Amino acid sequence: MSRAVGALGAFAYVAGSCLWAYLRPQSVIAFLCFETSLLVLYLVPAPPWVKKVLGAGTLLLLMPLLGSVNAYYLEIAIQIGIFVALALGLNIVVGFCGLLNLGFVAFYAIGAYFWAVFGSPQANQFIAGNIFPLSPNWFFLFLLLSIALGALTGLLLGLPVLRLRGDYLAIVTLGFAEVVRALVNNLDKPINLTNGPRGIAPIVKPPLFFQPWLEFFGIEVAEARLYPFYFYFLVLLFVLVVIVVTRRLEDSRIGRAWKAIREDELAAAAMGIPVVRMKLFGFAAGASFASGMGVLFAAKQVFINPESFTFMESIGVLAMVILGGMGSVPGAVLGAAGVTILNLQLLKGFSLWLNALRQSGAALTLPLIGTFSLSELPVQFEPAKYERMVFGLILILMMIFRPQGILPPSRERNR
Amino acid sequence: MEIALEILPQVLVEGIVLGFMYALIALGYTMVYGVLEFINFAHSEIFILGAFIGVEIMLLLQDAGLLASFHPALLLFFVIAAGMAVGGLAAMALERVAYRPVYGAPRLVALISAIGASFFLQDGLRLLESLWRNTFYLNYPSLGYLDRTVALTGNLVVPVKSLLVIVTALLMLMGLNLFVNRTRVGSAIRAVAQDPETASLMGIAVKRVIALTFFVGGAMGGLAGVLFGLHYSLVNPYSGFVPGMKAFTAAVLGGIGNIPGAMLGGMVLGLLEAFAASYLSLLTDGAFGAEYKDVFAFLVLILILIFRPKGLLGEKVREARA
Repeated sequence: MSRAVGALGAFAYVAGSCLWAYLRPQSVIAFLCFETSLLVLYLVPAPPWVKKVLGAGTLLLLMPLLGSVNAYYLEIAIQIGIFVALALGLNIVVGFCGLLNLGFVAFYAIGAYFWAVFGSPQANQFIAGNIFPLSPNWFFLFLLLSIALGALTGLLLGLPVLRLRGDYLAIVTLGFAEVVRALVNNLDKPINLTNGPRGIAPIVKPPLFFQPWLEFFGIEVAEARLYPFYFYFLVLLFVLVVIVVTRRLEDSRIGRAWKAIREDELAAAAMGIPVVRMKLFGFAAGASFASGMGVLFAAKQVFINPESFTFMESIGVLAMVILGGMGSVPGAVLGAAGVTILNLQLLKGFSLWLNALRQSGAALTLPLIGTFSLSELPVQFEPAKYERMVFGLILILMMIFRPQGILPPSRERNR
Repeated sequence: MEIALEILPQVLVEGIVLGFMYALIALGYTMVYGVLEFINFAHSEIFILGAFIGVEIMLLLQDAGLLASFHPALLLFFVIAAGMAVGGLAAMALERVAYRPVYGAPRLVALISAIGASFFLQDGLRLLESLWRNTFYLNYPSLGYLDRTVALTGNLVVPVKSLLVIVTALLMLMGLNLFVNRTRVGSAIRAVAQDPETASLMGIAVKRVIALTFFVGGAMGGLAGVLFGLHYSLVNPYSGFVPGMKAFTAAVLGGIGNIPGAMLGGMVLGLLEAFAASYLSLLTDGAFGAEYKDVFAFLVLILILIFRPKGLLGEKVREARA
């Protein structure tokens, strides 16, 4: 009975919030309600098939529908997807294996630059023959290659450092990320590999292999309108693959070995688990997700430069994993969505609102301080610029009050 | 080759100044690691807080028109003392708020809390300065006597500010050594670092010793911050991060938990960096320049961890117990 009510309620919530967001394409609150509908679906007691149908409907139909009324929604959805994949990758390293990786963004950067260099005229700088940019058809091959490349770099970095004490690993990975960023920033000489701080553009987008079919059905869409939807589905597909792979890994012999190592390395070794090899594998798996996502990111952005791959990004992804719950797949998804929405919508919205207040010149009366005009608010004070503060607070508060995260893995929940 | 020899004295001075700076910061990392076995990630923000205290005091004095009326030695003493006091107190407050609640939890928890604290402090400082001065890039007011130079020998001309850094740091490091090795409180710190349980059985108030350790480390960090500001002038809330990372590298290089090791490690790293910054482009004919000096420090860190993970002088932390 309650399951039927739950199913109906979930349906009503999804449909209602979608309708609201569709009718009011500029309303931030309406879209927030829509974004939370997947969480509602996950938590509500309803038969699994209802959840699956509603979830698929939300992701495959309703989201693109909303994207057609407000293109920015689609952009947010793509960003969320990118960070979900990154958070899931880091979740393997931090959550499953218990290894703190503070330079996760380095692998993302490696993937992004991999496609950026060969998918743009950049590679002509050091390979003779003027054959670059490669045609879009190479994109999917490079996506696969970058996954392998990410795993390989993860292995190469992990090999020397994974034998060390845990907190040294954090510093070494951080250092590695700084080295990677310094290299992409400076390798415009002696040979111009990365074009330095100026970044690389234009990067080739993935091929529109389905265009003949669209024409066959008589649908004509301009390419510029088509690409956001295309990227949305590509990212969605990538995320789904990552989720399936992560779940399968988690329940496998490897996943159990990871968790055993996380809980007690000595005991795990005594049980015959090849500790270093398993850690290496976890490190490489996480890195490969990030690297693969980097290729998609580069193709989506068309332009990349080293600024996109700062330490800040690594900490952002870490905050996502911690917020959702270390070692929990739904948690990583929730954390990624939550932090991205916070960054892209809430903080920006708050900044815009403050700007509006500042321009209105309204006066504010505070107890003790007295009345002061809002137009005197310093222009430096802009919430969107204080994401470090927000991330920092999230990390401290979560560690003190709820170290297991919002949606902890089920085993810990039962404790 | 001639150029290389000509700039050598300047490079040495620069390296020694950097080395003392790193040594002072590294002490904070290494002492806290000694007693708690965790990386106080927010230490780099304590360091930059010290720099901001210094610049604020000097700017306030300047605004009041009093900056020139103070005796230089008195002014510097006051600014340095204030930076140390605030740095120490801030480190204690940090320990109380962000670290003490998570003692006993897995080590990852404390480390993540420290990273959060570091980020929070960076932006917190930025927020305060933005509200207060509407900018967060601050410049130390120039003091004429600091910019003068002293000719020690024919071609070795040393700026007064470098001498200030070297002399102050040397005095403080000697003082700290005496404090840790010769006083009762110092031996309490060493006892807690060796074995907190036994130390508490011997009647040492472990929590107070931990707080004291944070104070001493923070004071050294604050001192380094003021010296950094006096020497390089421009400070912003984010400029503590990279020196902090390098100082941690120095602590690991010397052997974590080891106080003389931190000093040695700082000096080695500072000299290496100064040499890399000046000679890298000479050696490679301009292909790789000073922009790689940060990379250099991290490569050093990775290499030590691979080949000599216990550092140059050996680490001093208690053995892990089951």
